Amino acid sequence: MKTVKHKILVLSGKGGVGKSTFSAHLAHGLAEDENTQVALLDIDICGPSIPKIMGLEGEQVHQSGSGWSPVFVEDNLGVMSVGFLLSSPDDAVIWRGPKKNGMIKQFLRDVDWGEVDYLIVDTPPGTSDEHLSAVQYLSAAHIDGAVIITTPQEVSLQDVRKEINFCHKVKLPIIGVVENMSVFICPKCKKETQIFPPTTGGAEVMCQDLKIPLLGKVPLDPHIGKSCDKGQSFLMDAPDSPATFAYRSIIQRIQEFCGHHPPKEEHFLSS
Amino acid sequence: MEAAVEPGNLAGVRHIILVLSGKGGVGKSTISTELALALRHAGKKVGILDVDLCGPSIPRMLRAQGRAVHQCDSGWVPVFVDQEQSISLMSVGFLLESPDEAVVWRGPKKNALIKQFVADVAWGQLDYLVVDTPPGTSDEHMAAVEALRPYSPLGALVVTTPQAVSVGDVRRELTFCRKTGLQVVGVVENMSGFVCPHCAECTNVFSRGGGEVLASLAGVPFLGSVPLDPELTRSLEEGQDFIRDFPKSPAFPALFSIAQKVMSEAPARLS
Repeated sequence: MKTVKHKILVLSGKGGVGKSTFSAHLAHGLAEDENTQVALLDIDICGPSIPKIMGLEGEQVHQSGSGWSPVFVEDNLGVMSVGFLLSSPDDAVIWRGPKKNGMIKQFLRDVDWGEVDYLIVDTPPGTSDEHLSAVQYLSAAHIDGAVIITTPQEVSLQDVRKEINFCHKVKLPIIGVVENMSVFICPKCKKETQIFPPTTGGAEVMCQDLKIPLLGKVPLDPHIGKSCDKGQSFLMDAPDSPATFAYRSIIQRIQEFCGHHPPKEEHFLSS
Repeated sequence: MEAAVEPGNLAGVRHIILVLSGKGGVGKSTISTELALALRHAGKKVGILDVDLCGPSIPRMLRAQGRAVHQCDSGWVPVFVDQEQSISLMSVGFLLESPDEAVVWRGPKKNALIKQFVADVAWGQLDYLVVDTPPGTSDEHMAAVEALRPYSPLGALVVTTPQAVSVGDVRRELTFCRKTGLQVVGVVENMSGFVCPHCAECTNVFSRGGGEVLASLAGVPFLGSVPLDPELTRSLEEGQDFIRDFPKSPAFPALFSIAQKVMSEAPARLS
């Protein structure tokens, strides 16, 4: 971890809000600058989606004298996931807490990431073993903060508030909240519908109440799901989508947050 | 009430169904709640056990948030969510002092609570007990299956969304079912398409086809697709009786048909 400059945890109390989708695209976005070294670590042991979303299904992990080698999507974008350790797409990882903790410890300690500017850690939903272990093992080496993902409806916000509480409890700084699946734009008539209605004001009101930055809102674009299923970067597949603009703006804000932290060199995205 | 002999509290429950998914955010709690409501409308007495300790969504869906839980001689008294007392509910949500309080527990503590929930809730006579689970294949799931095994659960309803990323995780859940000897009653595909309220164009917001693919891969019945319905989301957020209030919803026929298939699976058991 000494060779990693910035560490970002992507969290949500709630499942299915787009943590992995966001983590993957944060990684893609940062890695578009060839001079930025990016690492993506998937600690969702039961439901490791990152290999699929990054187009790396079926890849295997190699071990060397210096540790485990991540799987590289690009020269400057390396990925590690328990998914790479499973031989079949049907294999289930049915582990209790202590064994999951052991794996996470190994991931954080034994992966030879090399010199990395940003380590993004994608987490499973909830506030349990994986989250406690990740924070515990990473905090010795300074975590920049957490990005918390939600969707607009109260059933998500309810869980996300717990996640925010978790962050406060373990003294994890919060970079901000991303509201995903904000609004749906019909591809035919272009009219907007809120498929997941913000019955209690959505992330905006929650962030105001809790005095946490809202990093941005990402609309529901059906192409996002398709890109993820194909293992491609949605930012490349649909550069003109409002969702892409939203992602890029959020990524920039995260970089700015990290830039306000110590180390000397800054790497800014040129586009 | 029967005299409490060790398996006492579940002795009066005729059929137990677990609602599972490898993936978070696919609608397990929504489907669990709607299945319970549909069974009740078919004249059945239903209990819901919400073992999602980190994200207990069901109390809010049934407008039961903040209700107090009482003890009787046989154990905890479940909360009745309707006047006729045909739906009872137990959730960790009732045990939290504040809805924003995070349950940050490691595996062993979660296991202990689930065992208690299964054994110590005085359900009385029920036709169906629907058990809503968190995403994944870990402590909570193993604890729930182990605790329920002596009562011969009917089986598991496995929920996915159409896209491949979901199917990728849910396949592992099916393996979990196989390994733990839990019969799969069938696969439900949620969030299957969205009909634009302005122009009636149907868009596959979360891709398509996953549910049927999954069912055929695993050799289990495909129970049906439930479309996205923002009115459903709004109704559940606001704790209304969806089945009664929205018979014209596009989701209604799907849900009712799924409930009927579940009922036809349930063998006639002599009490």
